[in-house]
Amino acid sequence: MPHPFRFWTRLTLTKLTGRRAADLAELREHLRVVPLSVIFHHTHHFLVQHQEMSPEPPNDFAFWVTTTLQEEALGERLAAIDTIRYAHLRDLRARLVGVIEEYLQQQQTLRVAPSGEEFHFMDAVSFMLPTGQEASTLAEFDAALATAGVNSIAYHLLESRLRLEAEDNDFSRWLEKDMGERDLAAAIRTLDPYTHTLKGLRRRVRQLVGRRLGSRSHAEAAA
Amino acid sequence: MTPTLDAYAAFVGQGTIDELRLIGERLAHRVVQHINSTAVGGGVAEILNRLVPLMREVGVDARWDVLRGGEAFFAVTKSLHNALHGAAGAFGTDTDEVFADTTAQNLGQLTLSEDVVFVHDPQPVRLVDSRPRGARMVWRCHIDLSAPNPAAWEFIRPWVEKYDAAVFSAPQFARGLPIDQVLIAPSIDPLADKNRDLDAASVQSIVAKLGIDPERPLVTQVSRFDRLKDPVGVIEAYHLVRRYNDCQLLLVGGSATDDPEGSQVLAECRAQAANDPDIHVVELPPTANVEINALQRASTIVLQKSLKEGFGLTVTEALWKGKPVIAGATGGIPLQVTHKWSGILTHTIEGTAYWIKQLLNAPEFARALGEHGREHVRHNFLLTRQLRDYLLLCLSLDHRGQSIVPLAA
Repeated sequence: MPHPFRFWTRLTLTKLTGRRAADLAELREHLRVVPLSVIFHHTHHFLVQHQEMSPEPPNDFAFWVTTTLQEEALGERLAAIDTIRYAHLRDLRARLVGVIEEYLQQQQTLRVAPSGEEFHFMDAVSFMLPTGQEASTLAEFDAALATAGVNSIAYHLLESRLRLEAEDNDFSRWLEKDMGERDLAAAIRTLDPYTHTLKGLRRRVRQLVGRRLGSRSHAEAAA
Repeated sequence: MTPTLDAYAAFVGQGTIDELRLIGERLAHRVVQHINSTAVGGGVAEILNRLVPLMREVGVDARWDVLRGGEAFFAVTKSLHNALHGAAGAFGTDTDEVFADTTAQNLGQLTLSEDVVFVHDPQPVRLVDSRPRGARMVWRCHIDLSAPNPAAWEFIRPWVEKYDAAVFSAPQFARGLPIDQVLIAPSIDPLADKNRDLDAASVQSIVAKLGIDPERPLVTQVSRFDRLKDPVGVIEAYHLVRRYNDCQLLLVGGSATDDPEGSQVLAECRAQAANDPDIHVVELPPTANVEINALQRASTIVLQKSLKEGFGLTVTEALWKGKPVIAGATGGIPLQVTHKWSGILTHTIEGTAYWIKQLLNAPEFARALGEHGREHVRHNFLLTRQLRDYLLLCLSLDHRGQSIVPLAA
């Protein structure tokens, strides 16, 4: 008997660190030492806070560098960092610092943010709560996805993998291990969640599940 | 009648309401007390009026008490308030005595919660000295602390540092403090008179009373007649626009009778408007919420050309009404407006004029800005989000130092 999939949601409280950067050198210095939860916040909160705004900007650093410092080339490089490739936030931090450092080595002067437009480092406390929704079959999973909030989608596809350092996203892990749905799990694993809105991501996962349900009912009818 | 929590599902979805109830279950029966210094008038009282009943609805035993003080106390706290905004002033032994006396008198009548106490703004800040055993105390600062008069900040800092956490409305207001600092942005209530839907006839009737032509574009700024809101700069921007585009300008704000500088700014605006029938300078009483709502809805573009701003809730209100907003990139405004996506951020009179022209000439773009702005407000700046943040903060006080808090069923 497979374990049911239990849906959780996550809600965040934003904390202020008091750290601020007015130029790229300060940004790099703070990035090196802030807690990893700060890195997670600035690379993920846009997805929830700007739910209609996709595919850009994917992270706060890229947005600030582009719009405030008007360092467009660096902003583009920071935006292009492929977050999904990083299994650990410390690796993502190293990449962000590396990209900024590489750029700084080529610069003679630093642009300074106008007063009042500095980059403010923020942290977040994530609260994980079970929503009470459960699925024991693929059809139930699809039905639960239809009503799951975007915070729940963000938790299962993004947060559990990067912050709780699970090896896989929750959906793919359950589908493969408990439901034996290897191909469907792989298809969800290959989605780049950072290039969708959360609603778009939920739609895409449901399409994949729906396609699988369709092919199963087709196979069952033929049998 | 105060709306129930379920009434907000129409704006934020049932899922958000369910989440609030889930968090509320974890705080059931806890006594969460708010203490501020005024029961009516002002933004803090306005928000507590709506927030406290909603906290109760999700199961929290929420209470609200008001600090009482005499004229001397409120004279001192007014100058302290202004100085925390950056005004000049000195705070010494006299201030200390007035604060100590008023706090002691209130402690004779107030019972502080043994669970969680939110102390709003500087007036009741010293209550922390009488913290009940085991109680968590949070200082909720509604003031722009980005550049305080150092004497004022040093005066209250020793008490602020005794709290478990401090809450600010924008990241730039955070201070170097040894306690947790939390960001809780203000919010608007979509069901309040200032923001609820109005039918077209009501809007037209209010606009007609002010002599505004409903057939021609209307550019509006809603704000106090305060130099920091730059109403004179708004008139200059309008003049630059009028060389090329037909439009009317409306400057509407609260009465300035008790504010000498406000009266002077209002007089300057009126003088500038005297020879132009298309500039409307209107003073409305603080209770004119439906009128402000109607004027925002009747506007083609809403401006908030502030030189310095707290959070800028008039921007939130305009965005919620789907209006294209052009606003100064200051205070909490950049949290609300992403340039060229959910509005326009400007820094100068010329820039403001440039973007008014652009938006008047590109109504499709203006409409898209307004639509994105409304959605941004829906997800981030409605009352239910502020309720959620307060509830989460209460929970976080039990899990200090944790960045991930699993709350099992």
